[in-house]
Amino acid sequence: MPSRALILAGAAYAASALAFLTLGARGDWGFLLLFRGEKLLALSTVGAAVALSTLVFQTITGNRILTPAIMGFDALYVMIQTALVFLLGGVGFASLGALPVFALETALMVAAATGLFTFVMGRGDDMNRLVLTGIVFGILLRSLSALMARMIDPSEYAYVQAASYARFTNVDGDLLWIAVAVVLAVGALVLAQARRLDVLALGRATALTLGVAHERAARRLMWLVTLLVAVSTALVGPIVFFGLLVSAVTYQIAGTWRHAVLLPLSALIAAALLVASQTLFERVLSLQSSVFVVIEALGGLVFLYLVLRRTPR
Amino acid sequence: MIEMSGLSYAAGGKAILHDITARLPEGRLTVLVGPNGAGKSTLLALLGRHLAPGGGVIRFGGRPLEDWPRAELARALTILRQATRITPRLTVADLVAFGRYPHGQGRLTPEDRKIAAACLDRMALTDLRDRQLDTLSGGQQQRALIAMVLAQDTGTLLMDEPLNNLDLAHARRVMQVLRERAAAGRTVVAVLHDLTVAARYADHVLALRDGRVMAEGPPDAVFTPARLAQLYDAEIEVHQIGGRPVILPI
Amino acid sequence: MSHRSLFAGLALLIGASLLIGAGEVRADGDGLWLIAVSRAPRTAAALLAGAALAVAGVIMQMLARNRFVEPATVGTGPAAGLGLVAMTLLAPAAPLWLKMLAATLAALAATAVFLLMVRRLPPRDPLLVPLTGIVFGGILGAVTTFVAYENDLLQYIDIWMTGEFSGVMLGRYEFLWLAGGAALLAYAYANRFTIAGMGEEMSRTLGLSYGQVMALGLGIVSVVTAVTVVTVGMLPFVGLVVPNIASRLRGDNLRQSLPALAALGAGLVLGCDILGRVIWHPYEMPVGTVLGVIGAGVFLWLLHSPRAHAV
Repeated sequence: MPSRALILAGAAYAASALAFLTLGARGDWGFLLLFRGEKLLALSTVGAAVALSTLVFQTITGNRILTPAIMGFDALYVMIQTALVFLLGGVGFASLGALPVFALETALMVAAATGLFTFVMGRGDDMNRLVLTGIVFGILLRSLSALMARMIDPSEYAYVQAASYARFTNVDGDLLWIAVAVVLAVGALVLAQARRLDVLALGRATALTLGVAHERAARRLMWLVTLLVAVSTALVGPIVFFGLLVSAVTYQIAGTWRHAVLLPLSALIAAALLVASQTLFERVLSLQSSVFVVIEALGGLVFLYLVLRRTPR
Repeated sequence: MIEMSGLSYAAGGKAILHDITARLPEGRLTVLVGPNGAGKSTLLALLGRHLAPGGGVIRFGGRPLEDWPRAELARALTILRQATRITPRLTVADLVAFGRYPHGQGRLTPEDRKIAAACLDRMALTDLRDRQLDTLSGGQQQRALIAMVLAQDTGTLLMDEPLNNLDLAHARRVMQVLRERAAAGRTVVAVLHDLTVAARYADHVLALRDGRVMAEGPPDAVFTPARLAQLYDAEIEVHQIGGRPVILPI
Repeated sequence: MSHRSLFAGLALLIGASLLIGAGEVRADGDGLWLIAVSRAPRTAAALLAGAALAVAGVIMQMLARNRFVEPATVGTGPAAGLGLVAMTLLAPAAPLWLKMLAATLAALAATAVFLLMVRRLPPRDPLLVPLTGIVFGGILGAVTTFVAYENDLLQYIDIWMTGEFSGVMLGRYEFLWLAGGAALLAYAYANRFTIAGMGEEMSRTLGLSYGQVMALGLGIVSVVTAVTVVTVGMLPFVGLVVPNIASRLRGDNLRQSLPALAALGAGLVLGCDILGRVIWHPYEMPVGTVLGVIGAGVFLWLLHSPRAHAV
């Protein structure tokens, strides 16, 4: 029997999706629905990817103020993109095709994630040092990208620029279907591990006592997390704080610690939030900005609130 | 001399000190004792004007404490709090020299340097003077802080658990310095948890419990088994060994 | 590292800076003109900005009692930019000094907020401070981007988001002397800042008005940041990395370490600027980008070097 929160979230998502598809529609309905439908799919997929990856990551690391993206993966993505354009030229890069590039980027990101992750588990509780390292590493990579970008012909720079900011304006069609497939597959895999995640949430020591091989399970889940991050970054660009917002809201309204509920709930909330805010931005407020700027700022505020409130002086 | 009457203080909705009325005489070493949570550190912080009282009055040198201008007060009174943490990378000599700041705003005169050197020497730190604080042991850091406070050369010294981290020899050295200063006419107040040391060196004792004054007077009046049992809720023996008091819990 | 070797190195960098660039310098009237109008002011700008930012960084570290903060990363820089954008929107024809004032006030407000937040953080968790600052700065940056995007000013903020000296000429950098002046002020009050770095209690004990020192420090940091951002753009990591290195070499007694610290900052920025001129000669890399790479690298090393665990 689905929990009340799930039903509510599902309804919220359905409502915002409907609004997104139909609000302010003029002209050819067929074309409009197709066009908007694709965008809706993109938003929902990204939402689900960010939500699931953040939730699982927070359970594995036992820390609610972290997101996987805060570790600088998004910067790695931009740098790979820039380096490829730098080395192959714009035409060479374009001729590679979306899938090989995506595969390469994902492979590199999974490698980096595994490396970073073994580093984490080795260090134990110096989480802050790790996060700071990730952030600064991200800045380093971004600066390297900027450096390389300057050495690229201005006409080819467009390929790079597209990757630098999160936006929904032109989602690659091919990539979208790959993304949907990946997110569905990974989502199913993660959901299948819901019970194990519940145990992992109890902490390393307890998990081991209960017979769950913490390191191994965590590492496997980490690969799935990285896949999700790679997908969402490839699709729309870097997203860092949105996951925090989603996870905070999810834990607030879930009323349970069971991942079987938390996971789908977070995906629904994330998708609903993205679709609703995009609708608000585009249709109601007619703003040109990327909705992500606002969402990231909100997520950042959530981070600050979480950090500042857990310290009774 | 410090006088307080009706002093009270509360924090976080909890009352910490109630109606404290006492007199800390000059030319005497006053020791503040009491069980954990009695409010000793808070009282000292109030006397050092690190906290503002909720009620009551503190008079220092004949004037209300709050009337003293900042710089003048720093030349007349100093306080060493517990758990003082120095984050900047300073050498021992630098830290002690900063004790002279209230007297010259940072420009060190030859006189300042002499005083600082003397205090370093008194705390047996001359060999360590060029070492960075963060490379020292806890006890060495504590001695450096005490040397700094001594260099400030004030008429009144307030010390909260000054013997923390110090071994027997250094602890004795510190107590001797404090006694010297008191004998020279200064007002010295120290919070101590070791009752034997307190009984040995105190000229005057103020005992606190649950934020109230439980006893005040000369050591042999306060350090009696009956009083101590009242204070600490435990049976405590007071022995005399070689004419000196030794206080032990049973 | 003695003062003499430091200043010798600096002299070398200055010489190099005067001779390196897109145009050739010959020993004639044209060459001297190039030096006078472009290279010398550019060199001066780099030295001033570097020294001032390093000093501003160490002051902020004393006020926040944390080694891993600096104006560029904890919100002061982005706030200055926000102030600039706001001023540009509200009064596009305003003179430069007015824009700088707006940037300074915005920087001041943001830094004050940051320091208030820092007070609430547990002292046992020092790395939470820079983390919070980075997020705070990120939020401010996002707000600025949003406002700029909506008002078609994105190109404009791109200019100051990444600092560069290529636009510096005689007549277009003089405000940086103000930043230099602020740094000198800091030197005059060095002892106060060192004491403030020991904490509020110690300041009280030594008779220092903690509030006054805070205000002075805030003022210096805000002026330096605002002036730098408006004149040449944001230069990241200088205020963070240089004080850390100077502290390891000379300790934190500011009265003694500030000259070397300023020299190191000047050298770092000038060095990176020269690097930016030679990497892709005759094209120029903005010094902000070069600093982003080198500064980040040094920061990472600082985070993980053995002495980092005594933050």
